[in-house]
Order: sequence, then C-alpha cells, then structure tokens
Amino acid sequence: MNTRSEHQPIIEMRDIEKHFGSVIALAGVSVDVYPGECHCLLGDNGAGKSTFIKTMSGVHKPTHGEIIFEGRPMNFDDPRDSIAAGIATVYQDLAMIPLMSVARNFFMGNEPIRKIAGIPFYDKDHADRITMEEMKSMGINLRGPDQAVGTLSGGERQTVAIARAVHFGAKVLILDEPTSALGVRQTSNVLATIDKVRKQGIAVVFITHNVRHALAVGDRFTVLNRGKTLGTAQRGQITPDELQDMMAGGQELATLEGSLGGTV
Amino acid sequence: MSETAQTPPTSDERIKEMSGFRKALIRPELGGICGTVLVFTFFLLFAFDSGMFNSQGVLNWSVVSAQFMIIAVGACLLMIAGEFDLSVGSMIGFAGMMIAIFSVTYGWPVWLAITVTFLMCLVVGAINGYIVIRTGLPSFIVTLASLFILRGFTIYLPQTLENKTIIGGVRDAAEGDWLAPIFGGKILTGFFQWMGDNGLIGTFERGTRAGEPVVDGIPMLIVWAIILIIAGHVLLTKTRFGNWIFAAGGDPQAARYVGVPVNRVKILMFMFTAFCACVFATCQVMEFGSAGADRGLLKEFEAIIAVVIGGALLTGGYGSVIGAALGALIFGVVQQGLFFAGVESSLFRVFLGVILLFAVILNTYIRRMITGER
Repeated sequence: MNTRSEHQPIIEMRDIEKHFGSVIALAGVSVDVYPGECHCLLGDNGAGKSTFIKTMSGVHKPTHGEIIFEGRPMNFDDPRDSIAAGIATVYQDLAMIPLMSVARNFFMGNEPIRKIAGIPFYDKDHADRITMEEMKSMGINLRGPDQAVGTLSGGERQTVAIARAVHFGAKVLILDEPTSALGVRQTSNVLATIDKVRKQGIAVVFITHNVRHALAVGDRFTVLNRGKTLGTAQRGQITPDELQDMMAGGQELATLEGSLGGTV
Repeated sequence: MSETAQTPPTSDERIKEMSGFRKALIRPELGGICGTVLVFTFFLLFAFDSGMFNSQGVLNWSVVSAQFMIIAVGACLLMIAGEFDLSVGSMIGFAGMMIAIFSVTYGWPVWLAITVTFLMCLVVGAINGYIVIRTGLPSFIVTLASLFILRGFTIYLPQTLENKTIIGGVRDAAEGDWLAPIFGGKILTGFFQWMGDNGLIGTFERGTRAGEPVVDGIPMLIVWAIILIIAGHVLLTKTRFGNWIFAAGGDPQAARYVGVPVNRVKILMFMFTAFCACVFATCQVMEFGSAGADRGLLKEFEAIIAVVIGGALLTGGYGSVIGAALGALIFGVVQQGLFFAGVESSLFRVFLGVILLFAVILNTYIRRMITGER
C-alpha cells in the first residue's frame, strides 16, 4: 500500500532534550512532520520554540534524543549539513541583505557559475532570469532583478527568502515567526505563500505565537510550554480558545482574559 | 528572452517609476565620475598652459594617481567586506624597509627579498584579519594597533642594523635582477621613443640624453594600478567570490545562514589589502632606490578617502572598485594640479576635507534611496 510511504514522516524528532549548562531548555520534545503538511509550532516566549528549531536545523546539538530524517538517524554538526540534507530555515529578520539586489540575494551562497576560458564567472543573466521567474510565480512584481532588497516590504522579503529556500531544494522548510512583525496584508501574503509551498509537497514547520495565523494554514498544531510538548492536535479537533489556553498555560490566562473581555 | 519582452510587466501601483537620474544616482561610481569630469574641466581651464597636460605633466599626475589607486583597490574591497585597515601606511613603510634590509644589509638577491617581504605582508594581513574575526573587535582598533607596531619596527630595525632611518643602494642591488623590473621597470619604451622622434611628445634638446623623449615609457607602477583595478572590478562584480564580499559586508549573519564562508572572505580581503600595500612599497623602493622609515605616512587615510569618494559606504556592503579608482584619480590630479596651477599646496588638505564631507553626505543619501529608508 502506498499510503504507508505517504505517511512516513520526513523528519521525526524523538524525545529531544537540550540543556544549556544548568538550564533545561527542552525536556523531551517529540514532533514529526510529514511531506506536504504545515506543522505549526506554538508557544509563548521562552517556551523553547527557538531552541527546538535550532536543534532541527543543526545550530544546536541535542543533549539527548534522536533526529530521524527520511527514515535515517541524522547527526547534524553544523547548519550547512542540514541545509545540504534539505532542511532550510528562514529567520525572521536575518534573511536578506538590504543593500544587495534581489537576484544577488536570491543566489547568495549558491551563485550560478559560467566558465569563460576556464575561469568561473558569476552567471548574471541566468541568476536574473531565474529570480524574475520565481518572484513572478510568488506574486511579487519587481522593477528588475537589480532592485535592492531594501526597497521590498517585510512580507515580500519573507517571500523572497521562502522562494529561495524552495528553489534550492528544501524538503523541510522551517519558518521562524515569519508573520510576527508584519501588517495584515503582508501577513496574508506570507500565509498564502506557505500554502503554495505546502501544496508542492514540502514539509513546512511554522513557528508562531499567533493562534489565528496558525489556524489559517496549519494542518497540525503542537504546543510547547516550558520545554515540553502539551500534545499535537489535528486541524478541526481543536478550537482557537483551546490552543490559546494551552499556549499560555491555561488557568492564568483564563482569569486575565476575563478582565480583557476575550480580546487576546 | 524575447518572450519576456513581449509580455508587458504588470506594474505595481505602489512602486513609483524611477527617473533616469535617480537610477544613475544609485550607481556607486556616479560621484567619482562627476568629480573626475569636474576636476579635469577645472584644470583644463585654469592650468592648461602650465605644462600639466604635456607628456611630462600627464606622467606626473598619472604616477601619483596610480599610487593612490593601488592602495585604494585593496581598501575598497576590504571596506565592501565590512572592515577597515588602518595599517596600510605603516605596511608600506615596513615592506619597503624589509626589502631594503634584506637586499642591502643582508645582501640577499632582490627577487628573494621581494618574495619574502610579500609573504611577510600577507602573514601580517592574515593576522590582522584573524584577530578581528576571532575577537569580534572592530577592525578599526585592531589595525590601529598594527599601525603602531609596524611603524615602530620600521624605525627600530634600520636604526639597530645600520644606525640610520633611510637605507639606500637598492637600485644597485637590483641591477640585473629578474623580478625587480616587474615593479621598477617601464614598458612601451620603444613606442615613446617613436612618439618623441615624430614630435608627438617632448624630447630633451641638449645634454647627454639629447633626442630621447622626456617621458621614456610607462612606469610599472601605472601598469600595476591598471591590473589591480581590472582584477578587483572583475572579482567584485563578475564572480561568486565578489557576491560573497558584498554579502560579508552587508550582513555577515545573514550571509553565514546561507553558507557564505564570511570569515574566510574577510581574512582574504585583509591579505589582499596587505598585498596592495606591498606592491606600492616595492614599486616605490625600486623607483627611489631607497627605503625610508617615514614612507607611507597617512596613506591609510588617503586610501579610505579615495574609496569613500568612489561611492563605497563606510558601513560595508556597497561600493565599486571603479569608483575607488576614480576617487584616487581625483586625488592625484588635484594634488599635482594645484602645484601646476601655482596654488599654495597646503590648500590641498582643505580640498580633501571638503570633498570627503561631500562624498559622505552624498553616500548616506544614496543609501537611503536604495534601501528605501526614510
């Protein structure tokens, strides 16, 4: 049966623990992500979201626990290993260089090469053409490939970064709070991009603390609290209020919410 | 190609059409080009008859400009990679002195003296870079330290070894050496003789060299400047490594995330700057036939000013080698031009300060335009 292979998670994090000196940042977190799904990782500040995805992307080595990628246990020594394996991370603010053109940003670190008389040159025509095509398919109109990234809005920058990761063969795309600094319109653009990427069969790990954004695109939701998972829920099995409660640790928020009139 | 041209690009109503002027303005070379045109117009008008534009005059300011260009290329690439090197001037003095000590005091063959000096300079450059990368300190401070350390040695060594601060006799030592002409020689001498014979350029009218052209060839210093400018420009704009230089200076962390070896790029750029300083020093020693402990004083600032006039941002990530070369040309032409025009030469510094201020203000404005900051 082919459902078996379809339902093989592309990456499985088993019982991950991470200690920084005497601080236990992660105390046994297990999450699995399937191809073509958007797995939302929710949690309040300090819940361990960042530590967890940094473990996944090879920045941190887990103190304890296993990472199984495409069925094999993996040991990432540094981020380049995980990038090579197909795990791409788009960080909130550190994705793009504002003074460089969109095309040069897009191919940064992966510059296309054209040899002239044996000397490798940067293939500008190729880079410009691909960049324009990719941007068009993501719905961004550029003045030209030489336009500086600094002139793009925050949402467009996130989209360029996502398009870049997808173009260079990401199988797992980790998005670290891509919407937290964006306006309404830009947020919906980024969410639409996430949806497009997911439909291409790429596994998306979407980190956020905004329940609304998570529910808009998420297939499954895992809530982290104080370095532990509070369980994973399927889409449709959980209401926004329940998610919100889990994130904030239940009781305290309930009393707070009463005084705020349910606006949080 | 033709397909993309046929489909009219759906324009975003929020993006204003850029005027040609603004488009030109965001090219880093623009300031340098305008300055060059301005400077040449000025001196053509006011100093044309002074001999500034005959063969000897042209050679005079070309050599001075080429000196600035050589160190400006190195400083430019380093600045785009996000770092400074204040030790360039001291490095020039140090390299020249080492060549003189090796070849004159120790009697080594000149090619060996030059080769060993180049290696020493590259090592010093690499150490500068390594310390900056390892400690995360501003390169300004680290290279300020090397400025004093190198200058100190440049004075101490000849005083201890020879009891003087100028070592001469390099020209005699370089006689018949195969490597020395690459730095101290001249090219196209036949062509200049031909031009002299045909009355296109001035010739000596009497004396032992009667009939020979006053300018008998293009010094290798100028050739080095042109080679370094072309190599630097191609490296920066046409290669993968060039993209890494921009990335390392623009945002090192973002560059690291996508796999750019930022540390390696920066250290290599420190080494390249040291290499350029060493080229300068070698050409100078071969030309003068001596090395002095005070050579290269303040050159680091002149290099940085040329680069900034050329449109590079002090914060890194943006700039152009061609711009830096034009900045150096402006520098050389004005410095020598004021002399030809009979203006008090101390005014050169006033000019320098004023033009630097203008360049920095213009660059800040340009950066705001590129990044859309307000």
